[in-house]
Amino acid sequence: MALTLYDKLWQRNLVEQQDGETPLIYVNRHLIHEVTSPQAFAGLRFHGRQLRHPERTFATMDHNISTRSIAIDAAGKSAANQLATLEKNCAEFGVTLFGMGHKNQGIVHVIGPELGLTLPGTVIVCGDSHTATHGAFGALAFGIGTSEVEHVFATQTLRQNKAKSMKIQINGKVGDGISAKDIILAIIGKTGSAGAAGHIVEYCGEAIEALSMEQRMTICNMSIEFGAKAGLVAPDEITFTYLEGRDYSPKGKLWDQAIADWKTLKTDPDAEFDRVLIMEAAEIKPQVTWGTSLDQVVAIDGNVPHPDSYDDAVEKDSCAKALQYMGLTAGTKISDINISHVFIGSCTNSRIEDLRAAANTIQGQQVSKDVTAIVVPGSYRVKEQAEKEGLDEIFIEAGFEWRLPGCSMCLAMNDDVLKEGERCASTSNRNFEGRQGRGSRTHIVSPELAAAAAIAGRLIEPALLN
Amino acid sequence: MKKFITQTGKLLPLDQANIDTDQIIPKQFLQKTERVGFAQHLFHDWRYLDDHGNIPNPEFVLNQPEYKGASVLLARENFGCGSSREHAPWALQEYGFKVIIAPSFADIFYGNCINIGVLPIILTDAQVNELFLFAEKNVLTIDVNLENKIIQVNDKAFSFDIKEVHQKSLLKGVDSIGKSLHRLDQIQAFEQTMPAWL
Repeated sequence: MALTLYDKLWQRNLVEQQDGETPLIYVNRHLIHEVTSPQAFAGLRFHGRQLRHPERTFATMDHNISTRSIAIDAAGKSAANQLATLEKNCAEFGVTLFGMGHKNQGIVHVIGPELGLTLPGTVIVCGDSHTATHGAFGALAFGIGTSEVEHVFATQTLRQNKAKSMKIQINGKVGDGISAKDIILAIIGKTGSAGAAGHIVEYCGEAIEALSMEQRMTICNMSIEFGAKAGLVAPDEITFTYLEGRDYSPKGKLWDQAIADWKTLKTDPDAEFDRVLIMEAAEIKPQVTWGTSLDQVVAIDGNVPHPDSYDDAVEKDSCAKALQYMGLTAGTKISDINISHVFIGSCTNSRIEDLRAAANTIQGQQVSKDVTAIVVPGSYRVKEQAEKEGLDEIFIEAGFEWRLPGCSMCLAMNDDVLKEGERCASTSNRNFEGRQGRGSRTHIVSPELAAAAAIAGRLIEPALLN
Repeated sequence: MKKFITQTGKLLPLDQANIDTDQIIPKQFLQKTERVGFAQHLFHDWRYLDDHGNIPNPEFVLNQPEYKGASVLLARENFGCGSSREHAPWALQEYGFKVIIAPSFADIFYGNCINIGVLPIILTDAQVNELFLFAEKNVLTIDVNLENKIIQVNDKAFSFDIKEVHQKSLLKGVDSIGKSLHRLDQIQAFEQTMPAWL
């Protein structure tokens, strides 16, 4: 029988499927961070259970940390307690921790790939919905809750039902200046914010194959934002080149064996998907979200929609509520929306290519006097590379703040918080109410568009900046 | 996990689609290292007018006295989308919600509910609409019977579907980790077959 990539990943990681029980799948890598792990460690302790494979578990600190200081207490007392708890738990259970100031520290979904922890054919889980990022390598990767984190700790497995499959094929080449972020936002605009619920999405087609690993990560990262359980891209030469020589990638003979294995990880030509969506790359323009759900998105040359433009009563109501929250009037040109803040960072867009793209957009211009703009690299390795290339100077000279790695204003759990009514062009992944601070207003965009917006003081197509 | 058998309780209608876990429990309350202490922050930004949670927002349905003690939550599609934080179902459960009814749930949230003993019930859009219409007229008391997969309201019965394994798990209050640890032999056998590069 012809199999999809997902079928193959499922089969090779299925421990057993007993009648009347949820299938048991193996977890090759378990990534953890300070926010969703403490109760799982406490559960182990309470039941007197061991952490079965500490060597398959890796921890970092990212959600709750300051981007101004590496001091553990720099983001407040409760945050410090949570970070200290992670330190204690990792020491007690023998888990490798990339803690404050460690050269491998960074956002969990940035460091997994850059350290070579993320490998094709594996199952990777983390108590974080953006674990979908790792699917860019042809790994089955998804977010889990804390009860499941505890299950993985104790058993190195997880009970999961097989999802349905969906193919999203992007034909042709994207236009100049169109980023991976624009592709995924355009997809979400088309499918709706729950459009892939219950499905594992495989992205394919010429436009996807042409993407770098970092761009594929941006696409897979946001799979969760239209309800997909996970996103996948079949591994290819681009994947292998990226992984070769990374710290935890297989070496020598094992590398050769791995490559031979990974080359089989693709959907068979005749395999059938439960759903298929085909889009033309050439039609994708730079995207901007205007509302409080990711499918509330339009092209930069578009307008804020009117609630009456929706047929469905629930969508009409959601549009009206979003306009009110966002302080926008239907019909307003997107490019007439002024912003007060710019955030370049997050597990979606904080890798070196993102920072290069943003720096390249600035071209010696200055951040608007009405805008506060911050750049938060995704990891210490990204930061170091950016500084080697002089990107930090480009940002600083333009008037951006150059911060330390962390999740920062993506979820504003630390002190990088917006105030009520402040409006941010953000390269992160969620425009939900209050996400970047109570009453804050978020427009999700690409790094290029965020950088251009910082200069112009309003949402603007990067190509029109000069 | 506590067993879920039947539930008779007040229904709280929260008429909104895409209620994400950031709304259910905002991030500033995720810094606890315990599983308790989240109920007071449930729906914080909608529920309180101030940042400290001292001034209730009288407009928000949860604060209306007639819904005090509600144990069944009714909402629109894609409930629980966004962040995987289990703190969201913890907060709902601790507040007193034992059942959530919606036309659809985000996958991770749904799994989290099953794992902690909260029953997520999927009804059709039309059925959910009907419940919202009923709820506009009166405060509803609703009977939920998981054994028979039926909810009863205003003398009207709605049947719902749930995977048998989820139904069983909720009815028995299964310790799923303990159960999987009984399969250690199979897990170890699987580990022997894994490729060397792993």
